[in-house]
Amino acid sequence: MKIKGRSISKGVAPGKALISKQKISFLGAVDPTTGIIVDKSMAIYGKEINNRILIFPGGKGSTVGSYVIYQLKKHGKSPCAMINRRADTIVAVGAIIAEIPVVDSLEIDPIEDELIWDGEEVYVNGTEGYIELR
Amino acid sequence: MYPDNRYDMHLTKEEEQIYEGEEGWTKKKAMEILVAIGDINHASKLIQIKTAHVSGVSYKTIGEAFEFINSLEGRVEVKSTLNPIGMDIEKWDEMGISKEFANKQTEVLAAYKKLGISADCTCIPYLIGNAPGKGEHLAWAESSAVLYANSVLGARTNMEGAPSALAAALIGKTPFYGLHQAENRKPEIKVCVNCDLADADYSALGFMIGDLVGDKIPMIEIPSLPSKDELKHLSAAIGATGSVGMYHIRGITPESEAEGMESELSEEKIEIEKNDLEEFYALSRTREPDVIAIGCPHCSSRELKRIYELLKTGGEGRKVGKDFFIFTARAITQNNQTQRIIEKIENYGVKVICDTCFVVSPAFENYDCVLTNSGKMQRYVPLLCRGAKAMLCKTEECVRGAF
Repeated sequence: MKIKGRSISKGVAPGKALISKQKISFLGAVDPTTGIIVDKSMAIYGKEINNRILIFPGGKGSTVGSYVIYQLKKHGKSPCAMINRRADTIVAVGAIIAEIPVVDSLEIDPIEDELIWDGEEVYVNGTEGYIELR
Repeated sequence: MYPDNRYDMHLTKEEEQIYEGEEGWTKKKAMEILVAIGDINHASKLIQIKTAHVSGVSYKTIGEAFEFINSLEGRVEVKSTLNPIGMDIEKWDEMGISKEFANKQTEVLAAYKKLGISADCTCIPYLIGNAPGKGEHLAWAESSAVLYANSVLGARTNMEGAPSALAAALIGKTPFYGLHQAENRKPEIKVCVNCDLADADYSALGFMIGDLVGDKIPMIEIPSLPSKDELKHLSAAIGATGSVGMYHIRGITPESEAEGMESELSEEKIEIEKNDLEEFYALSRTREPDVIAIGCPHCSSRELKRIYELLKTGGEGRKVGKDFFIFTARAITQNNQTQRIIEKIENYGVKVICDTCFVVSPAFENYDCVLTNSGKMQRYVPLLCRGAKAMLCKTEECVRGAF
């Protein structure tokens, strides 16, 4: 099943989904050296985001969050791709400099419509702006 | 040739070539950032900018992300300035900065310099030769400077983040949306201040306004017009608590008198009384301060002179009894008169530090409570200085509190 969206950051990646219904403030919510969610107010608190397809509504908080995404990549702890309902500039810019594929504005809302289950295999094509469920 | 969904903006032939990587990796990355931001904000095109101001320079805040800056090549296309770094370039050792941090910070600075960015590290670029004119388009990070440029100088810039301002500097352009467009610069909510204000009252006012208006542009009605230094503090505090990049004050904001300017103003009105300010000061008085810090944003030469006069009156020849730091831009200190004033200030045991500030340097992390005239510090000290408190009071009281 192929679902069309919009290209935000280029590249392609397959991986297992990790879903957050809450927006993520990368500066403060994620440990840049371990990729673990350290914000206790989040439902995915304690989860590791590395090598997952991180699905969340969008980013929030400080613009330094973009550099946190870059640090995650340098430590080998970044998600392999991200899917947003609506990407914001913090996530978009972070993903572009870290070269992590990002797609947003899918035809079907991936969070609200419970399109994807936690751990499901997802393929993200950030270059052409679509995702595929296999 | 390319699928339609790659980007929505209109790019010129030349811009498209940069996007495709024909001018190298650095420009390709910068263009990708600008296009993504443009698309997210429904911009139709890119526009030329006159200057850029880049944040994300202190090694304390960016850490290993400096590798990204180090990997960039080429030169910026427009005059570009930098925000404060994590230490005084000349006196870092005296500040107690570790050799390791100093080396890393020097590398970060060198990476920016290599790109042609001016190494005057300050949050007040508009006071040291990067003052934009009315109607000029800019790409500035540093919220206090963005608010000042839009609201006091009538220039046009969105609130850029660290990488987006850098990308704009490298291309010389920014996406055309938000505060670049006249129709998005109108006031949306009225704030009536029903008492006279002076000095740090503007920090308190800005702190409250930012909190109350969020992303709505306020029209601030004040009985008397603030000075330039007071406008600087107002801008900094609004930027610290709000997410709006502009305010209007009649008689200050160049476009506030323009026809049709009030067409977006809602019926809603926020009233601020004298006792609101008093309550605000009282709330911040939590414990005994163990340090005094002035210069967030960096001090102007007028402020330095005023601090000297206050020290002279309050100190009567005595040295200060607490650690007391003043932060300013190196360029501000480079004239004979200001240098002599700084010498006199330092004779009271006060330290005048350039290129950095209390919040972005690791040198000030061992204090419990800081006395300051800055609303911006009140917001960021608890977040970035290991949970220390900041207590707001007028400049005069800050100086008095030191003896």
